[in-house]
Amino acid sequence: MVSGLSSRDSRGRRLPTAVKIVIAGGFGVGKTTMVGTVSETKPLRTEEVLTDEGIGVDDISGVERKKTTTVAMDFGRITMRDEYVLYLFGTPGQERFWFMWDEVALGALGAVVLADTRRLSDCFPSVDYFERRGTPFIVAVNCFEGSQQFDLPEIQMALNLGPNVPVMLCDARSLESCKKVLIDMVLHAMKTRGLAPAPA
Amino acid sequence: MMPPEEPPKERWPEQPRPSWPEQPSHDRFLDDQAGPMVRPYVMTSGRLEPTRGKFDLITLVVAAGPEPDGQLGLGPEHVSIMRLCQQVMSVAELTGHLDLPVATVRVMLGDLLDKGFINMQEPEPEADMHDIRLYKAVIDGLRAL
Repeated sequence: MVSGLSSRDSRGRRLPTAVKIVIAGGFGVGKTTMVGTVSETKPLRTEEVLTDEGIGVDDISGVERKKTTTVAMDFGRITMRDEYVLYLFGTPGQERFWFMWDEVALGALGAVVLADTRRLSDCFPSVDYFERRGTPFIVAVNCFEGSQQFDLPEIQMALNLGPNVPVMLCDARSLESCKKVLIDMVLHAMKTRGLAPAPA
Repeated sequence: MMPPEEPPKERWPEQPRPSWPEQPSHDRFLDDQAGPMVRPYVMTSGRLEPTRGKFDLITLVVAAGPEPDGQLGLGPEHVSIMRLCQQVMSVAELTGHLDLPVATVRVMLGDLLDKGFINMQEPEPEADMHDIRLYKAVIDGLRAL
């Protein structure tokens, strides 16, 4: 809470605190599917507009050279008891939009890196990013139909992950599977931050 | 436009936006390809940063009172925000409902905060992520899904 600003609504109720979890991974790996599977509302899209002339600055001359790019992120919401609201953000598919990643990763409880064994290298940038940033993360392999099944240790080795990074299989379309991924991620984040995990 | 993957549509039927202002809106006359008729920086009078507040994507905002009646020097987008904020809502949700860029919504939220029309709750700073109650609440909430 920012000092001097009320955190109560007009009826005197305390406002909840929002927390977020980042869902990252390569394009088309199922990030938005996972967000949609667990979200209580239809996933929304938030957009940031970039121009190479400076964000939001109107420049009549040279308009023909001006390139505008919109970077979009889909996100969902889960309302919890005890004054918390959880938001799940799917990162933009293109890894070059690091500035958006920074904004989303800042203050995140942790991250899930979704991987597809057919294109395992697509998740390397996400893994690198969260490792560098020190954000607790787990790798969840989205099991697409027709994808070759690998052993989890093989994937762990292929991703060159540290032994402390959990790797698990999942189905981004299944609520139970997504719940398990997210709960395991939160438990991992607790462990990483030196907090005793809650009894299962 | 960098489209992320299309969200699944079957679970949430399309609903009219109940909070959108009732006066005719420019997007009734143009399709998506035409782009916005009023560019975002016009709504903010050319300002790039909010006068007050940082407004993280998950900062929660709520209106401090009922919707203003439009005589308080607020633009239609400000009024739309006030309508949406009758319920607690994150900055990200506001941008999604208003279909406006995040930077634009931040500037307008700064205006509303300046005038005392909204209250807000910033998220926990990263340094304060050691509250075990937070983790337990999230795990319980996920299990209850």
